[in-house]
Amino acid sequence: MENGVRETLPNETAIPGPLKRYDRGSEFRRIWKRFKRNRGAFVGLAILVIFFLLAIFANVFAPYDPKEQNALSALQPPSKEHLLGTDNFGRDVFSRLIYGSRASLSVGFGAVLFSMIVGVTLGLIAGYYGGMIETIIMRIVDGLLSFPALILAIALMAILGLGLQNIMIAVAVGFIGHFARVTRGDVLNIKEETYIEAARLMGVSNTRIILSHVLPNILSPIIVQAVLRVSAAILTESSLSFLGLGLPPPTPTWGFMIAEGRGFIVMAPWISTFPGLELFLVVFGLNLFGDGLRDALDPRSAIS
Amino acid sequence: MLQLLTKRFSHTVIVLIIVAIIAFAMMRFIPGDPVLIMLGGEYSPEVYAKLKHDLGFDRSVVLQFFIWGKNILKGDLGYSYISHEEVSKILKDTIPVTIQLSLCSLIIAILIGIPAGILSALGRNSWMDYLGMSFAIFGQSLPSFWLGILLIWIFGVKLLLFPTMGYVPILTDFWKGLYHMVLPSFTLGSFYAGMIARITRSSLIDVLDQDYIKLARAKGVVYRVVVYKHAMRNVLIPITTITGLQLGMLLAGAVMTETVFQLPGMGRLVATSILNREYQVVQACVLVIAVMFIGVNLTVDLLYNFLNPRMRNK
Repeated sequence: MENGVRETLPNETAIPGPLKRYDRGSEFRRIWKRFKRNRGAFVGLAILVIFFLLAIFANVFAPYDPKEQNALSALQPPSKEHLLGTDNFGRDVFSRLIYGSRASLSVGFGAVLFSMIVGVTLGLIAGYYGGMIETIIMRIVDGLLSFPALILAIALMAILGLGLQNIMIAVAVGFIGHFARVTRGDVLNIKEETYIEAARLMGVSNTRIILSHVLPNILSPIIVQAVLRVSAAILTESSLSFLGLGLPPPTPTWGFMIAEGRGFIVMAPWISTFPGLELFLVVFGLNLFGDGLRDALDPRSAIS
Repeated sequence: MLQLLTKRFSHTVIVLIIVAIIAFAMMRFIPGDPVLIMLGGEYSPEVYAKLKHDLGFDRSVVLQFFIWGKNILKGDLGYSYISHEEVSKILKDTIPVTIQLSLCSLIIAILIGIPAGILSALGRNSWMDYLGMSFAIFGQSLPSFWLGILLIWIFGVKLLLFPTMGYVPILTDFWKGLYHMVLPSFTLGSFYAGMIARITRSSLIDVLDQDYIKLARAKGVVYRVVVYKHAMRNVLIPITTITGLQLGMLLAGAVMTETVFQLPGMGRLVATSILNREYQVVQACVLVIAVMFIGVNLTVDLLYNFLNPRMRNK
């Protein structure tokens, strides 16, 4: 079937494919070159890769079962057996940290992906079609943006109940408005361009114009937004977990580990300190990476 | 200017209505009997029947919304069945705490952020710039609740320099109130300080590249005067706007900071009410925070138009 389709469309082969591919490659290479020059961004990327590997291969890296309790080895300081010590239930802090990265990263990236898809769709529709649809969508967005993201997430957790999927949704809702607003603004700028008008005059359908002409041209600011939002999403997730609104225990999350260790901060500071350090490192890495990406994708906005 | 005011105000009213609808809908989506949830654990059948009638649950959803809205406009935000108090009374006690915390944090953030940003911009690409900007990203990446715990541990428990909890209103005892605010404000302000430093740096660098600055320099005006009189005046506009528009984040951050330092503010009220399943209190807090947020944004917006002569003459 596939061959048949190709044969009936001989014109397709007339398009200089290699040239197109070369163009994309060079654009990507330009961005990569700019990105590489930024040492901070590179460090950020390295931190992220390490944490991703830790999360994916948690069962390989973690020396102990993160949920296994052992009263005999409770509150032990960092040692050879327990690299980062043990908590009040005798659980290995290092193993819990590694497993905890799964919750943070999956909520961070999952929530942003979800809010990006919803927000960008709303923004595209509002910006492209305008009129009544735009007014309705943007007023709802204004309403959503009137709630600080964390407050919205806390309230939503009350409605949805605990659970990984629910945390993602609760965190995501607070970000939808930002994506919608950014997208709409860019669509408005680009809508009047000649090539969009040309496409419209040629009778290309609106959906097609939006997906293959508008969206690709506004993608880079959206991607930068998304990366910078992931760090906010991870902080929101850990805040929820800290308040006891995250994944139900005994599943390890950084936020809840910090909350649990709070009462032992004098006796056993390692329980709270290390998860916080971890959290800080991931957010730090994401911020560095996001800044570098912004400068690389949009050289005009580059600060230095 | 009058036209602008009417436009902004009418827009704000629409947003307020939408916010009210969202806050109302939230309560309706909570699974289970909302009356039972509001009452929490202990209640008598009479109280149940009365609340059900008061809230109009026997009527249509639209009508319920209007009853609820009317009550709120009258200042009746509901009743807490756990602390046996009017929610509006609880809010009256907790809001000043949150405002005091937010203002102190904002002041600390400005006191750290603006000088750091100026130093970084003036020593562009020097070690000072790297140091300043590293601190800025550091501040923006630190989870506030964790920073709070560390500060309590180091400055409160180990060094015994500052109190780790407790709240004293600044209006009744200025120095003692301030003393109690040091650690919480640092905790909440660190993110802000980083943000302000970065905005200050990039705006100042932008302005210093402008022709009128070059002209002033060419005329022989002392560099210090150019920076502080000519450039900073223009840098303050973006700082004011962006900082103001992000003020809502201080309100959200207050949830975490107040929880860590056990301050009796609105943020901690939200957190404890959620855990106590006192959804009416949560709803009231969410609504009040959103209204404060909208109010701040409106003020900043108008202030921006007022501060910026280019906008004023339009």
